[in-house]
Amino acid sequence: MAITLETTSGRCRAIVRGNMTIYEAAADKPVLLDALAKPGDVEIDLSAVSEMDTAGLQLLILAERESLKAGKRLSIVGHSESSLDVLDRYNLVSYFGDPVVITRPERRKSSRRSRR
Amino acid sequence: MSMAIVQQTYIVESRELLRDMESALLRLEKAPQDAEAITAVFRAAHTIKGSSGAVNFDAIVAFTHAMEGVLEQIRSGRIAIDGKLIAMLLACGDHVSALLDCLAADDRNAAFARIRGKGENLLKDLGARLPAPPLPAVAPREAEVEVERIGSATVASGDWHISLRFGRNLLKNGLDPLSFIRYLATLGKISQVTTVFDAMPDAAVMDPESCYLGMELDFNGAVTKDTIEDVFEYLREDCAIRILPPHSRISDYVDLINALPEDKVRLGELLVKSGALTRRELDAGLRIQAEGAKRKLGEILVGQGAVQDELVTAALEKQDLAKKNRAIESSFMRVRADKLDELITLVGELVIASAGTALAAQRASDGDTIEAASTMAQMVEEVRDRALKLRMVPIGETFTRFTRLARDLGGELGKQIELALTGTETELDKSMVEKIADPLLHLVRNAIDHGIEPAGLRRERGKPAAGRLQLNAYHDSGSIVIEVSDDGGGLDRKRILERAVERGMIAAGHTPGDEEIHRLIMQSGFSTARTLSNISGRGVGMDVVRRNIESLRGTLSIDSAEGQGTTFTMRLPLTLAIIEGFLVGVDRSSYVVPLEMVVECLELSAEDRARISESGYINLRGEVLPLLRLREVFEVQGEPGRRENIVVVNYAGRRAGFVVDTLLGEFQTVIKPLGRLFERLSGISGSTILGNGEVALILDAPALVQRAVGAEAARRFSKSEEPL
Repeated sequence: MAITLETTSGRCRAIVRGNMTIYEAAADKPVLLDALAKPGDVEIDLSAVSEMDTAGLQLLILAERESLKAGKRLSIVGHSESSLDVLDRYNLVSYFGDPVVITRPERRKSSRRSRR
Repeated sequence: MSMAIVQQTYIVESRELLRDMESALLRLEKAPQDAEAITAVFRAAHTIKGSSGAVNFDAIVAFTHAMEGVLEQIRSGRIAIDGKLIAMLLACGDHVSALLDCLAADDRNAAFARIRGKGENLLKDLGARLPAPPLPAVAPREAEVEVERIGSATVASGDWHISLRFGRNLLKNGLDPLSFIRYLATLGKISQVTTVFDAMPDAAVMDPESCYLGMELDFNGAVTKDTIEDVFEYLREDCAIRILPPHSRISDYVDLINALPEDKVRLGELLVKSGALTRRELDAGLRIQAEGAKRKLGEILVGQGAVQDELVTAALEKQDLAKKNRAIESSFMRVRADKLDELITLVGELVIASAGTALAAQRASDGDTIEAASTMAQMVEEVRDRALKLRMVPIGETFTRFTRLARDLGGELGKQIELALTGTETELDKSMVEKIADPLLHLVRNAIDHGIEPAGLRRERGKPAAGRLQLNAYHDSGSIVIEVSDDGGGLDRKRILERAVERGMIAAGHTPGDEEIHRLIMQSGFSTARTLSNISGRGVGMDVVRRNIESLRGTLSIDSAEGQGTTFTMRLPLTLAIIEGFLVGVDRSSYVVPLEMVVECLELSAEDRARISESGYINLRGEVLPLLRLREVFEVQGEPGRRENIVVVNYAGRRAGFVVDTLLGEFQTVIKPLGRLFERLSGISGSTILGNGEVALILDAPALVQRAVGAEAARRFSKSEEPL
């Protein structure tokens, strides 16, 4: 439902819980920008994201772009299955440059098979 | 709006569309040239496909897509319409409906698995109707791809290149590019995706609900350009979509690069990187563009013009459709049924409270308060009527469903059925509509199976070969009357008697009147069918129908003429929630008689009073009026008062008088169902709360009238037998 910020030892952790969709986007945007405005690196934790859509993805892109502008390091961690699927569909995993737990080719195949 | 609600709306809307499609198909069957019907079918399939895509329901998208392929051919006149085709399309509609059922099922996957085989068969049938090339959904991956290629310099890549720039409002409109990409992935292989987001403004002005994305896709699949365009059909309005077939001319790519808003060099690199173009091809393209603008320009423009024409018309069509939809949307509003129910319940309480206020005002005998209370009562009455009207729906929709049934059943039995619907605009409560569907279905089946004779017999009897079945509805003093009539053989009196004697239901040699015959066929387990068909004739029909109707406070009557046909008449209350009542008192308890059944009230004269205990009827202006003493019916203790009154009640053409102590006047009342304990009480259909907080029982007038009339007939019968 919401994003909570935790600041520990010079880095800000943004934990996204529940959905990250157009319904939450308006509320999520200022929180993410807020996280980027804090000193230190930023980490966005997607492990508790249950559903993500294009609006949610755009916010991640925005955050990444802002972090590049500000010369910070933004890392996205703990991709949940649905968030990874979205990144994957848009082929943006490499744009964010974060290590993901499940490797792409395997996942692709399995997800396709399950749809059949 | 949560996903669950979206899905709910989607299911409801899709079902409506399926109904539209079905009735259009049935129209088509009669008039294969009806272009409007063809368009209606097409539009329904198309809209279902679109909305299924929007809620990510791929199974329906794929299936309706295949349907659309065939429909498109029909629309363009390449496939002729015949009975088989209509039957297949009807079956396809049923399958989509079954797929929708799966969505609602507890175990979706199991439900899908059950109907999968059927779907595949239908897809095969659909495919067989199409001229080559076969449908992409069932086509082998390596099938020939239809591409028009002009010019010489083409790119080596065998992939489609799809360039998308999504519209700003896409997400706000409830569409997500993801679902289209997911769908595309089911048609083939998306070999490369590049997402561009150059259009996204600075963080400060970026609107999180707008869409700033674009995609360059390379796609490998045995599809036609139409198929890909169809995938993105719903995006067309707000998106820039450019599709380049495999082995397109290099110049097309150059045009693409020029047309896109992003930096040209970057795009070129991007295309090279994604494998759509090779470095050499890109360079060649740029060179051609630089030197040969003259040579190419005309050709390019013509090419573009053609494409644009098509796009423009499509866009215009879509806009037209959107406009139309908006117009409909503004005049209709979807409201959840339970919200309306809550409103009706509240209005019901309001009615009771208002009655209470009126009573209190009367007791206080304060003129101003009485007047205020009566004004309020009037308003409440109006509010009640309006609230009830909200739930009123025309019966036409229920009737229309039988068109399909009549067609299918007729086909199965080799009978030609002509279904006529009249009074379709007659309105009744939505909750009633659902409840009468079953009994009505039984009656229609019966009429087709038993009522209407086979064509051969009909000709012998000098009737037209096509049997006529008529459904009619109209309002009659607070009830809705629904008639199912056929012009078939009528009830076979002899056969019914034989069977009744056989089963020991009546004594042999007894010749019952029509009434009794009609009662017989409504007994449970009674069937005269010589052979059991799988449609009706198992003897579980009529008694179930009767009981269903009675549970709705309605009645069923039969009118039959041998050789000419049968009419079943259902008479039902308009609503189940509130009735206008007439309040009467017996001893200290109050009873409510539905007002619309009350004909008149009279005082029981002293002489009649002496006589009735014996005769059970009075002479009312020369007619016999059977009487029923409520005091006796409900076993009220104590002596009747000095005066008694008669309430003359009319139900379905029969009259009876209820003898009561006092007449208390009109009263609007909210029906409260009786607890389960009292369900079987005869003579009482519900209860209500009076303004002073006391409970009054609502009389089951139809049953009581029946009882009075029956008792009176029995008395006369026994009298006429006495002298023998």
